Amino acid sequence: MGKTIAEKIFAAHLRDEPFPGTYVLDLDRVLCHEITTPVAIADLVWRNKDRVFDPTRIKAVIDHVTPAKDSKTAIQGKILREWARRHDIKDFFDVGRNGVCHALFPEQGFIRPGFTVIMGDSHTCTHGAFGAFAAGVGTTDLEVGILKGVCAFRKPASILVNLQGTLPEGVYSKDVILHLIGILGVNGATDRVIEFRGPVVDAMSMDARMTLTNMAIEAGGTCGICLPDQTTVEYLWPFIKDDYANQAAALEDFRRWHSDADAVYERVLDLDVSNLEPQVTYDYKPDCVKPVGELAGTRIDQVYIGTCTNGRLEDLRQAAEILKGRTIAPTVRGILSPATPKIFREALEEGLIAIFMDAGFCVTNPTCGACLGMSCGVLAPGESCAATSNRNFQGRMGQGGMVHLMSPATAAACAVTGVITDPRTL
Amino acid sequence: MERTFGGTALFLDRSDINTDEIIPARYLTEVTKDALKPYLLEDLLLDGFDPQGPALQQASVIVTRRNFGCGSSREHAPWALEVNGIHTVIAESYARIFRQNMFNCGMLAIELPAADLERLFALQTAGEVQVSVDLAAQRVVACAGDQKFECGFEISPFDKALVQAGGWVEFADQRY
Ligand code: SF4
Repeated sequence: MGKTIAEKIFAAHLRDEPFPGTYVLDLDRVLCHEITTPVAIADLVWRNKDRVFDPTRIKAVIDHVTPAKDSKTAIQGKILREWARRHDIKDFFDVGRNGVCHALFPEQGFIRPGFTVIMGDSHTCTHGAFGAFAAGVGTTDLEVGILKGVCAFRKPASILVNLQGTLPEGVYSKDVILHLIGILGVNGATDRVIEFRGPVVDAMSMDARMTLTNMAIEAGGTCGICLPDQTTVEYLWPFIKDDYANQAAALEDFRRWHSDADAVYERVLDLDVSNLEPQVTYDYKPDCVKPVGELAGTRIDQVYIGTCTNGRLEDLRQAAEILKGRTIAPTVRGILSPATPKIFREALEEGLIAIFMDAGFCVTNPTCGACLGMSCGVLAPGESCAATSNRNFQGRMGQGGMVHLMSPATAAACAVTGVITDPRTL
Repeated sequence: MERTFGGTALFLDRSDINTDEIIPARYLTEVTKDALKPYLLEDLLLDGFDPQGPALQQASVIVTRRNFGCGSSREHAPWALEVNGIHTVIAESYARIFRQNMFNCGMLAIELPAADLERLFALQTAGEVQVSVDLAAQRVVACAGDQKFECGFEISPFDKALVQAGGWVEFADQRY
């Protein structure tokens, strides 16, 4: 019987099967940020086990609240910073070099096909875009990962999502994943891996694929995963060029992770996206999704473009295309948070930042900030935000606030008009 | 260390209660578990539920519906339960990360089939519900007034071992 990509990665990393159905995997990457790691560090210190399994496989960043906004967040940063120094974790990213973890770590070339990756962050599933098995975990799993380099999983069944057709103008991978979450529901993929395939995925850039895999968790998925291909090779080439004679050799090597033709899926979903419309959420759950037209005219107080879902260069380009030559509605506050310093710089050089600023946007440093309502754009009760992020939970961006999730293009259109707007009508 | 599980039950009659509702992000700047104590379920909007009320203070067990603990991976959610003396959650299903976090902390996330859960919810009409859990025998007993509910539950041998070991750090430390 054939194997899925997830099953192949499990087989290649299996350290132990302490009980039937429980798989303890060796980890290639343990990723850390300042919100969920400090308690793990404190516990390791308290247990007299302040060690790390391999400093080269641990990467750390201060990204959620940065630069620190108050004493408490300063202490969180300090704990992580001192720990990274103490254990010689060279890949530690602090103010000036830091960015949103799930944009920064791939950009640094840390994620490779076939890798096992954990992080104390639910959107770790993003890294599956590279053909890695990447799962969000809690602080205890993170702690054991840091100490022992292992993590336990149930073997996840896979859901195969075949994306057929071609994406229409003005419709993006964010719309696809929102639509899919609407179909699956917020727990439709719990304990499952979502494997994304088909011509639509093949045609997507790595940026677009990361938007897709980023939101697998919003359907409950353990990981979203794409099969590594030439696009993956080209993205990673600067980091792997010394390991392979040429790109064809790298591609050949990556292909060993591809799911077998006779691999078994729990469910196969064929989705033709050719007639898909821009999608927007309307309530406090990410599966409450409607085509933009059905929500058109809903008032928007703030527009937020950024985050690990849609704060990458391609996303900024899509929004800038709408904003170019326009100004945002006087009733709207526009906030742009490029996800990493590299993205920020490229956006500057391409003139995108100027377009945002001319339109009336405030541009922040790379950070999670408003996405989880901690800084840089918290909502007041009763306010609503058009956001390119991934969660619209009650209170997510501020107590009593409403978040409408959408693509960067749709968010930009909302900024221009001050109400929910189909970007194709501008 | 083997905890005992059980006590007064608090019923949260809603599915998809997420970890932002269990403990809002604004408290994630705390670096100790105890600091989370006053904020448990602060953002949960649910008819008849008061996060400051006595029902939550008296509770040692939460009984709820489907997909409890979805959303953020924050282990602050089980910690906020733990420091409030709630070591057991009973639900129809959980989000994966939350469920694992509970077991990793040596706490119990019990899954009951919908029909059993319905009977447990129905017990509320007889008065305050007291739950006791026998982990070894994998049985839940709940009493209210003169009424009693009893059923078995499934738990994976690994998760059971984690709870009995007192958590994943203890288990992993002995084994790896
Ligand atoms: S951008 Fe938002 S969803 Fe992404 S890691 Fe940061 S807080 Fe989490």
